[in-house]
Amino acid sequence: MVTNITNLGRSGLSDWLIQRVSAVILAAYTLFIVLYLLFNPDLDYLTWSGLFAQTWMRIFSLLAFISLAGHAWVGLWTVTTDYLKSTATRLTVQLLVILAIFAFLVWGIQILWGA
Amino acid sequence: MLQVSIYRYNPETDSAPYMQEFQVDTQGRDIMVLDVLHMMKEQDNGLAYRRSCREGVCGSDGMNMNGKNGLACITPISEVVKGNKLVLRPLPGLPVIRDLVVDMGLFYQQYERIQPYLQNDEPAPAIERLQSPEDRDKLDGLYECILCACCSTSCPSFWWNPDKFVGPAGLLQSYRFLVDSRDTATRERLSELEDPFSVFRCRGIMNCVAVCPKGLNPTRAIGKIREMLLADST
Repeated sequence: MVTNITNLGRSGLSDWLIQRVSAVILAAYTLFIVLYLLFNPDLDYLTWSGLFAQTWMRIFSLLAFISLAGHAWVGLWTVTTDYLKSTATRLTVQLLVILAIFAFLVWGIQILWGA
Repeated sequence: MLQVSIYRYNPETDSAPYMQEFQVDTQGRDIMVLDVLHMMKEQDNGLAYRRSCREGVCGSDGMNMNGKNGLACITPISEVVKGNKLVLRPLPGLPVIRDLVVDMGLFYQQYERIQPYLQNDEPAPAIERLQSPEDRDKLDGLYECILCACCSTSCPSFWWNPDKFVGPAGLLQSYRFLVDSRDTATRERLSELEDPFSVFRCRGIMNCVAVCPKGLNPTRAIGKIREMLLADST
């Protein structure tokens, strides 16, 4: 057993499951947005903000943002443990990544509910 | 004449590894790479490499031949030589002791970690622990591994974290004991594997499957371990 404290789920199994479930959610969200844009070629501000004013779209978007945050955390954590061999550099980069993910998530929530 | 370029390094005399060129007369025959090495050793008897059974059973002569890991004794030159040129290097990622001889310590450490022996806490029967033919069939494709290290040393995940990632060879053996109906330590074995490195550093690129000289499939075994971990924890 190898112990780790900066990965998202504290266990490889949960990280692995988070990575896969979040990938499916992100794929569904991406597909939805692309299809929506294709079916609304002359999209204006009112339709676009109307879409995001609906509760289901906000839930779907927040779900996608949280999935992106989890997906990025697990993925970038893996990259840092592969390539950054100095503990000081690795820990610094990991903390910066986690901090950035947190800031982007809060910013995303603010955009969703701010308008 | 076959052009052979071989990795040379003697830590007692060389400050850095270098490639040495050899000309080998194969007399037009399709011989094994190990035979080519013997011919080179006749030209320069300082050349060091491991070999023993010379028939793909002992797993001593794993090496990198024209960029692909394999056993020199069962690899005919027609299979690897391109444009009359053969490049021989030690297995990648392990410390070189001399020429093609590598230090397998890290590889064996990971093998030791998965406790590669049957564990059973039930009282021993009078003669032997029986197994149904169906249960025995589950060990096929797992027990045949000869620990030549061709798979683990072709795996980037093992290159970057050989001290934490068990590697394809160790995980194939791990699954061999996890799936054995006579082994009762399944849960203890699984609990040692659920961290982010031991199993989950595998990214499924299947280099191990591509190089295994015995045609085994460690990626499939790793997938099975993941399924067992998932079944045990959800």
